[in-house]
Amino acid sequence: MSTIINVSNLSKQFNEVTAVNDLSFTVHAGDVYGFLGQNGAGKSTTIRMLLTLVKPSTGTIEIFDKNLFTHRNEILQQVGAVIEKPDLYKYLSAYDNLAIFAKMSGMDPGRTLLMEQLRMVGLAERASSKVKTFSQGMKQRLGIAVALVHDPKLIILDEPTNGLDPQGIADMRNLVLHLSREMGKTILVSSHLLSEIELVANRMLIIHKGKKIVEGNVAELLDPSKSLVQIETGNDTDAREKLMQTKWAARLQPDNGCLQLKMNKDEVPLLISDLVSAQVQILSVDPMHSLEDYFLSLTTKPGHVEPVAD
Amino acid sequence: MWNLLQIELFKIFKKPRTYLAFAIIAAFIFLIQLGLYVNGRDWMMFMLGSLGETMNIEYDKLVNGYAVCYFVLNLLLVHVPILVALVAGDVVSGEASMGTLRLLASKPVSRTQIILAKYAAIAVYVFALLLWIAVISLAVSIAVFGRNDLVVAKTTGLQLIESGDVLWRYFCAFGFAFIAMMVVAAISLLLSTLSENSIGPIVATVGIIIVCTLISEMEIPLYQQYIKPYLFTTYMLGWKGFFYIGSTADGETIKGSIQYLPGIVKSLAALLLYIAALVAASVYIFRKKIFYPKIIL
Repeated sequence: MSTIINVSNLSKQFNEVTAVNDLSFTVHAGDVYGFLGQNGAGKSTTIRMLLTLVKPSTGTIEIFDKNLFTHRNEILQQVGAVIEKPDLYKYLSAYDNLAIFAKMSGMDPGRTLLMEQLRMVGLAERASSKVKTFSQGMKQRLGIAVALVHDPKLIILDEPTNGLDPQGIADMRNLVLHLSREMGKTILVSSHLLSEIELVANRMLIIHKGKKIVEGNVAELLDPSKSLVQIETGNDTDAREKLMQTKWAARLQPDNGCLQLKMNKDEVPLLISDLVSAQVQILSVDPMHSLEDYFLSLTTKPGHVEPVAD
Repeated sequence: MWNLLQIELFKIFKKPRTYLAFAIIAAFIFLIQLGLYVNGRDWMMFMLGSLGETMNIEYDKLVNGYAVCYFVLNLLLVHVPILVALVAGDVVSGEASMGTLRLLASKPVSRTQIILAKYAAIAVYVFALLLWIAVISLAVSIAVFGRNDLVVAKTTGLQLIESGDVLWRYFCAFGFAFIAMMVVAAISLLLSTLSENSIGPIVATVGIIIVCTLISEMEIPLYQQYIKPYLFTTYMLGWKGFFYIGSTADGETIKGSIQYLPGIVKSLAALLLYIAALVAASVYIFRKKIFYPKIIL
């Protein structure tokens, strides 16, 4: 399986704020890669770095096996993106917008292809209407058409369902699945909703405060029989090293400042026993139930409104 | 680059505000032409003042297409920078506020190319604007009022330029005005790269022009000596130099001559330097521009 995006130790500092902190991940060809995190987690900053809109403080980005910053134009010719919201020329028609961005990507597609793109996103009937007359959902679909017009191999969608009504969200989901399954595109899609990512992505990464929390296959990560167990020890580094020598190594999650293992809850006594045998000082063991619970625990901060009891 | 220029021109000429300038100019020039058509003789008598009492002047001949155009240019070229700023101030900041700028910056073209294409598109717009002025103020005026000798007022008095010696001076004057307007466009472009809304750069450009013009005009030695030589507004009215004709020692005008040619060349050089510096600064700033996400932690 070829690698489309390879991000290594990526960090971005905005003055005193660390927006992205030592982030590494890989997107493979054909993936619908979910990029999940709450608002302000660092998703948009990362995506902007992938599109050269923000320069990384440290780290490297390789796309199509080439360094993004030394092969920028060559790489971006094969990338289509919708960044946060579909920003289009409101005083121009849908057709003109599409034609402009096709030309910007070095293409002269001709009327037939442009109309075909508009048909794919359900806007052929409104080709000559000005964008200022469009609903948010129509703009979002036109944004997707703009991202696809030059037939890119990689599509980056930053919060594509923001501001859409339920029908718009469903349309967007179907479009992403169509692009992946029927057209074989590799897609990186960011969201702050796990439920959205779960429905379209085959792999995903959770980012929190700029750091990677977890990365893997969606089906495995969301397996209800597996729990994320967080262990607090006297010396996490030492404990991690000791666990790496045992059968638990495969269950260990990447280091994000905590010691976490993905496992069945009924295996917890055995884990504790092994840790005691390895002379690890255990301070607490906290089963996080599921990845969904864990993600919710990240997004539930003081100040949030608690649900009303029945 | 040609591709980018086409796109930028398409965007500029699809905006209604672009045509506002053409409409304003047409309306303004038409009003002047109408006024001079009705009261041209009175206007010329007023211009020449007491000279008519000592000389036999054919006022009707002096109110001709060349004179009308000269009058229009004197009034209009001071205000054209506002119309230039209206479009040039919006090219980057307008896209920043619309959000399309980050989409442009994520396309496989360099940021330098984007800015240069935008500036080139503004140049086409300015050229079209000046061509429009030339057609209406010169061609239409000649068609309506005819051609004849041109009277030009100088600080030292009046001078007469023969009819056959005028047209090339207008071509040169419009060429010079184009360079002068491109300085204004470069200022607007620079301010536009610094702003996220289009009103700011437009107002700031007009403000800069007003302040610099006032300082240029002030007869205060401190300003005249130390500041005026560095202000672009000092050189912007150099187009008038093409209508100052050279003369012999006994005061006879020399056909096809320009009285202060080195001064015009110096002004042109200064304006071109301004353009180079301002466009380079715009490119530098745009290349360094960070497209921040809305929320950073």
